[in-house]
Amino acid sequence: MDNSRHLYADLISSDRPAFALSDEEREEIIEEKGHYENPRAASIEALKIVQHHRGWVPDGAIPAIAELLGIPGSDVEGVATFYSQIFRQPVGRHVIRLCDSMTCYINGYEAIRERLKSELGIVPGQTTTDERFTLIPVCCLGNCDKGPTMMVDDDTHSHLDAETLMSVLEAYK
Amino acid sequence: MSATTPVNRRLTSFGTANLIERAPETHPLTWRLNADASPVWLEEYRAKQGYLGAKRALTELTPEEVAAEVKEAGLKGRGGAGFPAGVKWGLTAKGEGIPRGYLLCNADEMEPNTYKDRLLMEQQPHLLLEGMIVAAYANHSYRGYVFLRGEYVDAAKSLRRAVAEAREAGLLGRDIFGSGFDFDIYVHTGAGRYICGEETALINSLEGRRANPRAKPPFPGQSGAWGKPTVVNNVETLCGVSSIILNGVEWYHGLCLPGSEDHGTKMMGFSGKVKNPGLWELPLGITAREVLEEYAGGMRDGCTLKAWQPGGAGTGFLLPEHLDAQMYSGGIGKVGTRMGTALSMAVDDSVSMVSLLRNMEEFFARESCGWCTPCRDGLPWTVKILRALEAGEGEPGDVELLLELTRKLGPGKTYCAHAPGAIEPLGSAIKYFREEFEAGIRTPSTANAPQEPVGSV
Repeated sequence: MDNSRHLYADLISSDRPAFALSDEEREEIIEEKGHYENPRAASIEALKIVQHHRGWVPDGAIPAIAELLGIPGSDVEGVATFYSQIFRQPVGRHVIRLCDSMTCYINGYEAIRERLKSELGIVPGQTTTDERFTLIPVCCLGNCDKGPTMMVDDDTHSHLDAETLMSVLEAYK
Repeated sequence: MSATTPVNRRLTSFGTANLIERAPETHPLTWRLNADASPVWLEEYRAKQGYLGAKRALTELTPEEVAAEVKEAGLKGRGGAGFPAGVKWGLTAKGEGIPRGYLLCNADEMEPNTYKDRLLMEQQPHLLLEGMIVAAYANHSYRGYVFLRGEYVDAAKSLRRAVAEAREAGLLGRDIFGSGFDFDIYVHTGAGRYICGEETALINSLEGRRANPRAKPPFPGQSGAWGKPTVVNNVETLCGVSSIILNGVEWYHGLCLPGSEDHGTKMMGFSGKVKNPGLWELPLGITAREVLEEYAGGMRDGCTLKAWQPGGAGTGFLLPEHLDAQMYSGGIGKVGTRMGTALSMAVDDSVSMVSLLRNMEEFFARESCGWCTPCRDGLPWTVKILRALEAGEGEPGDVELLLELTRKLGPGKTYCAHAPGAIEPLGSAIKYFREEFEAGIRTPSTANAPQEPVGSV
C-alpha cells in the first residue's frame, strides 16, 4: 500500500476530476487584471472570485488561476495559504467570524464563543456536521464600541449576548 | 421616518459621532454626517462645500504648494505612527524623467480597538476621495488604490458607489477641473491579515504577494508599488487634507486646544466598560479624562477604572492617574507611551492584566507574518509564558524572561513595527501590575519540591 500520498496527489493523478474555471469566474478575473500594472496583483482577487462562486478554493483552482495570470502555481498557493479569509477547505453555508480581540475580550466575547461551541458542537476552525455553519476567529472587526461583535456572512452583529445569541443565528438557514 | 432609515441604521458605524453637535468650522471630518447615518452621496457632499478644496488645489496651486500647505498645517499621519503627512509627501520622488506613481490609501483598519476609518468610509466616502485627489496631485500619482480590509463590506459598497459618482461627474479620470491632471481610483479589498496595514506589507499585498514587510530603504516614496514612487496614507489623514486646502493653515492651527503641539482635530474614542462607548471628532490637546468622563460618560456603575490604553493594541497601558494627559503625540509621550490611533480603551478592575495580555499576545502571535525570527518565535513564546502565568503554573524567572523578550522584540530588532507594537503593552503592563504577573508563579514550596529519585539511585 502506498502511503506516500503527495500533497497534490489529486492534481497530478490522471483520473482526477477535471477542474475548470467557469466562464463567469474567468471573465471576472480578467476584468480584475486590468485594474493593475501587473497581472500578479489580481491573484488575491482571483482567489476571492472563485471563493465567492464556490464557497471555498478547491485545489484545482490554484493552477487554473496561475495559468490565467501567467504566474507560478506555487506563488498562487503561497498567497492562498497566507491570507486568513481565503478558505482552502470547504466551509459551511454560513461563516461566523467572531471577533476575539482585546476590547471584545473585556466585553465578554469568551462567553459568546463558549455558547457557540456548545450549541453548534464545534470549535473555532470547524464546520457543523449539517454544513450550516463554520466558526472562525477574526481580528478586531472595528466595531469596538458595540462589542462583543461577530459577522455572519456579510452582516455585522453588535452587542452580542449569550442568552439571545441563537436567535441571531436563526435567520441563517 | 424615511423609507431608507432602516437600511442606514444597519451601518455599524452609526453612533455617537453622528449625534454630538458639530459645525464646519470646528469639525472638518464629521460636520457633514447625517444624524441618521445615511451616507453623504455626491449631490449632498457638493452642497456641503464638497470638492471645493480639491478644485482650489488643482486649479490655483502647484503640487509643491499643496504639499507645502499640508506640511505647514502640521497634519500628522492618523493611522497610529503620526509621521507628518506633508513631510512624507515632500520625500516622494517626482520630477523630470521619474515615472508618476501610486497613491495608496491604507484602509486596512484592523488594529484592535480601532473603529474610526470605518465610519469615515461608510458614511462619507467622498471626503476620502477628495483627499486622495489632492494628495495624488501633490505627489504626481497617476493612480490611487483604497486598500480596504475585506470584512468592511458596507464601506466597500459606499466607496464603489462614490467612485462611480465621481467618475460620472468628471472628478476622477482625465483632466480633472480642466487642470490637465489625470487620476483614477480603484477599491482593492484585502483577504485578511493584520500585517497588511504595515505600509510595505500593504504594497506587497497590493502586488498580489504574501504580505511580508519590505526592508527600508528604499522607502516607498522612492520605490514602492511596482517599483514606482508610492505614497501610503491612512484614511483619516487623507480625509483631513481638503479642509486645509480650502480653509487655510491659520484656520487649521486654530483647531487644537492650548498646550497641544499637534494641530487639527482627531477621531477619538473610548471603549470598554464605560457608560457611553463611542467615537467623536475632538480637538487635539483634549485630556483623556475629558474624553472618558464628558463623552464616554465615565465608567459603568460597579466598574472602577484600573488601566487604560490611549490608542490601540500597540500602545502602552497607563494608569488612572495619567488621565490628565493631553491627547496629542507629545502629551501621551510625556507619560511614557504613544497616542497611536487615539481610540482609547478602559480596563476595569474585573479584568486580570495577565489574561488580557494573554489575549493580546495571542492576537499578535497569530498575526505575525513569520518573516523575521524575533517576531515569529518570540511572540508565541510570550503567549506560552502568559498562559502558564494565567494558569498559576509559571516558573520562577518567567517575569524576567518576559521583560527580556520585550527588549529582544523591541524597535530596531525586527523588519517592521509588529513585534515592537506587540511588546509595548506587555512591558507597560508588567511595569504597573508586576504583582499580578508574579502571582502566576508556582509557589516556592511546589516549584522547589525535591524531584522523584530516578530508579534506585
